[in-house]
Amino acid sequence: MLKIIYNQFLTVKISDILKYADAKIVSGNHDHDKSFEKAFSSDLMSDVLTLDEENILLITGLANLQLVRTAEMADIHAVLLARGKQATQEMVELARENGLILMETPYSIYKASGILYSNGLKEVY
Amino acid sequence: MAVEMFFHIDGGDFANAGKASSQIKKVLKQLNVNAKSIKRVVVAVYEAEVNVAAHAYQGTVTAIIGENDIRIIVADKGPGIEDIEKAMQPGFSTASKEVREMGFGAGMGLANIEKNTDELHIESKVGESTTLTFRCFYT
Repeated sequence: MLKIIYNQFLTVKISDILKYADAKIVSGNHDHDKSFEKAFSSDLMSDVLTLDEENILLITGLANLQLVRTAEMADIHAVLLARGKQATQEMVELARENGLILMETPYSIYKASGILYSNGLKEVY
Repeated sequence: MAVEMFFHIDGGDFANAGKASSQIKKVLKQLNVNAKSIKRVVVAVYEAEVNVAAHAYQGTVTAIIGENDIRIIVADKGPGIEDIEKAMQPGFSTASKEVREMGFGAGMGLANIEKNTDELHIESKVGESTTLTFRCFYT
């Protein structure tokens, strides 16, 4: 019972993401206490744009300007770039302008998603 | 009182696709439109911008921002849409490999525009142009 109640309010902070996924922040404010309940993993921005949820973590292997734009339009405030993909200078600049937190992890999408899921970051669907 | 905004998009210019939706988002925020309504509008405009960059030679976005609603006109010069009904079907796509590698071109854009708008009208002349007109009421 206690566990169920606990799980309902479980969120994952930026600092947890950095720790669990061995990630680093490449752009964004350094509010490591900002927290998320849910995440979505996709390389297809068209799918990200169909989500009705906001304030989720996006895990993706797509490192381009369209990713940053998509996050802006979809009200996504944090993105974890997987598979060792690196944000370009243009991406970092636009992310800064929009207040988007961009992180990089050497892990695959599968591994990063699996670790974060098992630490309480829930699915959008 | 309505605020009118106008933008130009070049075909193939993906770096700038999103500028119109970004500016429109800023204005709607300043007007204190609620976040859910803003998201619907800017997702629809962004999808339309990506469509112009992906398919057309050039295009324009006109936004007429009112107190209770926003009207958007996205007009392009380009190949046009042969079968609009088919183009509306999720999964139908004529996008190039390059567009798909950019995270788009899955054939979901028009369907997503329809989902996020209250009125949508598409007019197209094959080999000439496509014009999307849509309207969103703030909730």
